[in-house]
Amino acid sequence: MSALSLTDVTLLHGDGDDTVVALDQISLEVEPGEIVAVVGPSGSGKSSLLAVAGALTAPTSGSVRLGDVDLTRTSPRELTRIRRERIGFVFQSGNLIPALTSSDQIKLPLTFGRFKNPRDPQRLLAEVGMEHKANRRPHQLSGGERQRVGIARALVTRPQLLLVDEPTAALDRQRSQDVVALLAREAHEHGVATVMVTHDHEVLHHCDRVLEMIDGQLNPLDGEHDQGWVRAAGPGQPLA
Amino acid sequence: MFLAIRELRFARGRFALMGAVVALIAILVVLLSGLSVGLANDGVSGLQRLKVSSFAFQENVSKDSAFSRSVVGQDALDTWADQEGVAAAAPFGNTLVNARTDRGVEIDLALFGVENDSFLDPAVAFGSPEVAEGQVVISSTAAEEGIETGDTIVLEPSGAELEVVGVLEDQHTFGHVDVGYLPLRSWQEARAGVREGDVVPDRVYEEFTAVGIQLEDGADVDHAAVDEAAGTTSLTLEESFGASPGYTAETSTLQLIQWFLYAISALVVGAFFTVLTIQRRQEIAVLRALGASTRYLLRDSLFQSIILLVISAAIGIGIGLTAGAAIASTPMPFALEAGPIIGATVLLLVLGLVGAAIAVVRITRVDPLTALGGSR
Repeated sequence: MSALSLTDVTLLHGDGDDTVVALDQISLEVEPGEIVAVVGPSGSGKSSLLAVAGALTAPTSGSVRLGDVDLTRTSPRELTRIRRERIGFVFQSGNLIPALTSSDQIKLPLTFGRFKNPRDPQRLLAEVGMEHKANRRPHQLSGGERQRVGIARALVTRPQLLLVDEPTAALDRQRSQDVVALLAREAHEHGVATVMVTHDHEVLHHCDRVLEMIDGQLNPLDGEHDQGWVRAAGPGQPLA
Repeated sequence: MFLAIRELRFARGRFALMGAVVALIAILVVLLSGLSVGLANDGVSGLQRLKVSSFAFQENVSKDSAFSRSVVGQDALDTWADQEGVAAAAPFGNTLVNARTDRGVEIDLALFGVENDSFLDPAVAFGSPEVAEGQVVISSTAAEEGIETGDTIVLEPSGAELEVVGVLEDQHTFGHVDVGYLPLRSWQEARAGVREGDVVPDRVYEEFTAVGIQLEDGADVDHAAVDEAAGTTSLTLEESFGASPGYTAETSTLQLIQWFLYAISALVVGAFFTVLTIQRRQEIAVLRALGASTRYLLRDSLFQSIILLVISAAIGIGIGLTAGAAIASTPMPFALEAGPIIGATVLLLVLGLVGAAIAVVRITRVDPLTALGGSR
């Protein structure tokens, strides 16, 4: 069963003459352990895709399934629980909580509820290479370091689905490569279905699949735009 | 509480500033409470210590000057004394006089005239020395002004003399004036301004201010009906406080100021948490996107405001009590009592919490979608 399954999803914003089609009849399947990149111009609906897949917005029509749960038939309270237990978010500039140290950032999601089998925050911090800055607050970290902490925070609850919003927007080239490589490694090693929205074509070779969003429509990316992209052998496989 | 405690620590400067405001308000509330208890004591402690359930005054007497205007007589006393449910009724005289002692101390006195061996007699009620005609026992506060047992008090302008035979243990004051208890006959002469050698008409000895009434435990006496029969207007002890000079004006003013303080505290705390919540919008959106429930976020913020309120109120009350203890030792009418201070503290906390609660409810209106970068 796919970890994430969107079928004929349409999302309209506004009403009457001002209606904007954010998502137009989109279908998408993401398998456990697969990392999918979505590229496309600003305003093409990439963030709407994340909002719908992440149970933040209900689609106007179509169905969104997370494993065996249909998100379009679930109460708001249940959706909060699903976000808490099954979905991880990585935001544009980390979006860390200013008051918390790196290690507390990672412990925070575990205080939202009970988790049967969470990952160990200290080990996870080491895994993202941040154990030496465990007691620093966000303003004492670089952009790349913030993203690493943000990734660890998203993964600590062992989500089935990881949604990543422009993770490299504020990073230089080398750090961008490191951060996306980390996302790909986590997706493959821990079987997390990952959807990453990005502008950055140089990081696409870490991904198993690349889709392009234009005017609310989602299609496989035409290969000629980016030489760096290498298709991996399949989900869950190490990259060549 | 995970987040609340860490944010308190992280933004301690901001929270300390807010806490200082609450603490200052708490100091003011304690001082005002001390002042209002002090003023109330000064105004009516002499009445509060009487074991009286109610007073029967002259019919249709003006309620805010009943003690100075009312004149009743033996008939009213007898009617009240005969009522079922009335344990005791005794004549009570109350008049304000100017006086000086033989050692030259000037003093104003509220003279309480009582019948010996009645329940109003200070020898019966407070265990003071017996007062015979021409003798008086005085409030402890009068003793503080330099009057001693053995002094002679000369009433002005009549020149009548009263010998001080005892000092009561507690404060007995009425309308900010020290109380002196004397036998009813002496009180009647003092009120009439009788001078030595005067021929005193009999009616002077037939009049007093009110009938002091003591009800039997649990007795339910129809005061209106008895008033009708006795030709009196009765007021309960608490109602009669309003007839003490200045009492209503003082207590209502202070109460008004206190209520304003509670409202200010609620508004200030509410405004602070409103600004804080608005500043935290992005953070709250992230928390909600990550799956924090509304309950979790509300509990966290309310916990934060409770910690802030309790700690700063505790500090403020501590300082207020210390300052109050210093003020209480001066002649200012000031008294710290646990009851009013606890009541004021609870109100301050509850209203502050209400302010905070109204502010943090904004959390429920934050859309987690805003956590996703700028555009949709």
